[in-house]
This record gives sequence, structure tokens and C-alpha cells, in this order.
Amino acid sequence: MSIDQSTAAKVAKLARIKVEDDALPALADEFNNILGFIEQLNEVDVEGVEPMTSVTPQRLKRRADEVTDGSQQDKVLANAPDAREGFFAVPKVVE
Amino acid sequence: MTELNKLTLAEARDALRKGDTTSVELTEACLKAIDAADALNAFVHKTPELAMERAKAADDRIKAGDAPSMCGLPIGIKDLFCTKGVPSQAASKILEGFKPEYESTVSQKLADAGSVMLGKLNMDEFAMGSSNETSVYGNAVSPWRRGNDDAQLTPGGSSGGSASAVAADLCLAATGTDTGGSIRQPAAFTGTVGIKPTYGRCSRWGIVAFASSLDQAGPMTKSVRDAAIMLETMCGHDPKDSTSAELAVPDFEAMLTGDIRGKKIGIPKEYRMDGMPGEIEKLWSDGAEMLKAAGAEIVDISLPHTKYALPAYYVIAPAEASSNLARYDGVRYGRRATLDAGDGITEMYEKTRAEGFGHEVQRRVMVGTYVLSAGFYDAYYNRARRVRTLIKKDFEDAFAAGVDAILTPATPSAAFGLGEMTEADPVQMYLNDVFTVTVNLAGLPGVAVPAGLDSQGLPLGLQLIGKPWEEGDLLNTAYALENAAGFVAKPQQWW
Repeated sequence: MSIDQSTAAKVAKLARIKVEDDALPALADEFNNILGFIEQLNEVDVEGVEPMTSVTPQRLKRRADEVTDGSQQDKVLANAPDAREGFFAVPKVVE
Repeated sequence: MTELNKLTLAEARDALRKGDTTSVELTEACLKAIDAADALNAFVHKTPELAMERAKAADDRIKAGDAPSMCGLPIGIKDLFCTKGVPSQAASKILEGFKPEYESTVSQKLADAGSVMLGKLNMDEFAMGSSNETSVYGNAVSPWRRGNDDAQLTPGGSSGGSASAVAADLCLAATGTDTGGSIRQPAAFTGTVGIKPTYGRCSRWGIVAFASSLDQAGPMTKSVRDAAIMLETMCGHDPKDSTSAELAVPDFEAMLTGDIRGKKIGIPKEYRMDGMPGEIEKLWSDGAEMLKAAGAEIVDISLPHTKYALPAYYVIAPAEASSNLARYDGVRYGRRATLDAGDGITEMYEKTRAEGFGHEVQRRVMVGTYVLSAGFYDAYYNRARRVRTLIKKDFEDAFAAGVDAILTPATPSAAFGLGEMTEADPVQMYLNDVFTVTVNLAGLPGVAVPAGLDSQGLPLGLQLIGKPWEEGDLLNTAYALENAAGFVAKPQQWW
């Protein structure tokens, strides 16, 4: 499978990473190189093999749905690039 | 006594208990060594005040008696671990200025045991790399050199700062993390010992996530005994990590008898790669001979899906990374790009991530995005997870046939020069992990032990792979190998 520039642009958009148009051909080449390496997996017979979900045979643990922590607004916001009046601030989302 | 920063954890512990030295003295010796080693660029955030505070507290505790093994021992912490109030940025620009309000479980356990954090260690950005060349802090440099050649060499990656600091005696030991070989490859490149425990042994809570189903923390040390001591402190169940195992942690050090008589050691034929340097091949067969001489039985085994481990890894790890790294959006922590008038939230995300993530991280996030995208999920991601099941089964079959541990080279070559791989395509760099990545995919414990020098005087390591949860037995085999190999070389100080 070969990735063209428009696919590369689409992937960059999905990943929310700005890629300038003039960088797209090189990016597409890199993807193709890596995907070419990955294509080896097609040689393996995986018929009837379950995809691994957990490397150690354990059932994901459950716990009671109750509050164990909280009331730390200051700490939560301490590292925000822009926090105002107790909230994270971002550019306008809706017009 | 030798210079205090050159001691092993075990030697320093014993000296502290006998009253021959103090944690303050040990810590001062390390801080001095760190300040004289800026050329290695291993420590990227130094915490001398915090270290002295902890050292004094440790000395009080030792005087009061009954202090744990790690009490008073100065160590370095990889920048991937969140440490309260101390910069923790996973060597990424996007986490510039981030000072966590909490402490990772592993570094908390080490602190609770009284160990002294000297600072944070360099690494590849988000642990994505095999040479410590993707770091926002610049390259970490190995203390080793090829004879009299002054070309700078890589300490390996991603835990390159940890490996460099331990090899150069800037600290007695360090934490590392290993997603595809990031503890074992740098350990092998620097003549140090590094163990990645069984998946689930160490809590992942508070460690910046790369690929959650593969990431494990582990110690990087000067000896196998030290690895046993430090690993024991790092392990244990943590309710904050749902994949953390509810299993008792044995006294690993007490299991180091060096007696491996009757143990069956497997030699996997698929690890004999085309073009493998003769020196690596010889190291490997010498290692097998040493274990045989110590009373182990050497058997040939087959791990038929080995060849597919790297391609499976380069689907699964980027897929998980693309999901884990979605949180770096310029809203909650770290750095936000400067925006132009009229930019909305999408531009904020895209610009922040474009300037905050380095090239390799961007590439992996995008590859991960692609393999998870509609239409390709089955062809890439699910297929890779199926192959992963087969890779794990290869190991299960070997263990079911009676093999106790598996011996392989740790890396396909000795350390290369910084910048030497710049022109190579990314896949060439990925090949560094060819012997280690299978172990992460199968969730097994693996340890790198220094076993010899190449013709240029650079360290070479062997890897031992053990059964799940059998780190104690694995470390004992590593101990026997260490004793037989008698590796004592140290880099000559040039920095």
C-alpha cells in the first residue's frame, strides 16, 4: 500500500500536527518506508489467532465507583499554559 | 576506600551500615562528579538541595537502625518519571516548564526507602529512540571512547542519560524504562547492568506513557547484585496501575547464589542474524560456554516468529503512542504555541504539537494514527496484535519444553558514534532493538549483562530472558554469567 501526499496530509490532520505543504512529499516517503517494513507481517499465517489484549493473563481489575480524591483545583491548574478564574482557558471554540 | 561515587549500591550500603561513611558524604561525592561531567550531558535537571536534604534524613534513619537497603544511596531518575516539584518533561519541548504536582509510584518507593535523588537524566524524547539523539536537551554522550579516538559515542537509548551517568560514576545507580529495549541496549553499550522486569512488576503510574502495553521501569546499575537490590525496591502492587500485578516481591538479592547447576539455557537459532559481526557471535558462544562451565545445560531452541517482532512492534508501539500523546494539546500542561489572530482551537492543537514534538515523535504519532485509522485497523493493528500472540507463544513453548532462561546478544553491535546514523533511514535505527523487542512483546523479564570488549575497547553485552515473574532466578543466572565473564573495564575519564 502506497501513501500519497493527500493521505499524508490527512494523517497529519487526524494527528493534529501541522505539516507545511512543502514537507508532505518527504513525509509520504517516510511513511512508505516504514509501512514497507511493516508489510512483512503479511507473510505470517494468523488464521484463527486471537489479537493480544493483555500480555499477562489477568482480568482487568475492578473497583468500587466512589470518589477517592479531589478538591485540588489549584494543583490541577498549576501547569496550565493559560488558566483563568479556576478554568483552563483556550481560544474561542464556537463563533 | 575508593572514591565514594565509584561504589556499587551494595558496597555503599554496607559502608553506611558499618558507619564507614555517611549518605551526606556519598551524595556530595556524586554531586561533585555530576558538576564535573557536563560534557556528558547526562543530568539535565540537577537537584542538589533536595539531594542534601534527603541525604541528611537518610543518615538520621541509618543511625536509628533498621534502614532499608536503598537508604542513603544517591541515584539518578530518568526524566520520564514524574517527580513532584521537579521538572519532568520526557526530554520533550512540549512539556517545557512542567513540574508535576505528584510523584510516580516507582520514584516514591525509592524515596520512601531513603534513596537520594540527585536529579533527572537525559533520554530520547518520550523514550522514542535508540541513541539519545532525539532529546530536546541535546545528545547524552557515552563516557566510553574507541581507543584514543575522541569521536563522541552514543550511550544508547532511550535511557541514555541513565546509562552514561552510571557508567561514568556520577551516581551509584539510576532508573530507566524499557518499551523495546531502552534499558537493555544502553546498558549493553556502556558496560552496565540493566533489567526490564516482567510486565506488571513495576507500577507505570506517574511515568510518562509511551506504549502502555509494553512500558516497564527497571534499574540500571553497576552490578547484578545492585540490580537485585534496586529492583526489589521499585517493584510491587499499586492500585493506581490496573495492570500492576498483585504478587509478593521476593528478596531478589537473597536469591543470588551463583549456583545454576542443572539449569537449562536456550540458544535461539533465529537470533543468529545475517551479517552479525564476528565479535558478537563470539561473545554469544563464549557466554554459552561460561554458563555451561557453571553447570548449566545448553540447548538449541527455536523462536520461529522472531523476524516479525520488530515490524509488529512498529505497529503496536506507535499506535499506543498516538493515543497516549493525544493529551499534549497545549491546554493542561507544558507549552502552547504562540497563536496568530483569529486562530481557533484546531490551529492551537496543530501548531502546539508541530513545534512541541520533535521529528521522530511526530513520525511515530502519525504512523500510529495511520495504522489505527478506519480501513487500516484490521490490516495493520489487529494483524500486529495477532503476530504478538504468536511471538509470546514461541516463548511459552520454549519454557514448556523445560528451558529456564534464554541467552542472546543484547545488541547487534557495539555503540556507534553520535551523528553516524543521522543519514540512515529510521528502519536502520529500529534494528538496534532486534534482540530486545521480542521480550517486551511477550511481557517477559530480560537483563543485559556486560560480557566483554570489542576490538576497539567498547563494551558488549549479553541478554538473558527469563520466565514471567522469575526475576530472582533470572538475576541469579545473570549473576553466574557476570562472575564468569569478570567484566571490570571502566571508561577512561576524559570529561
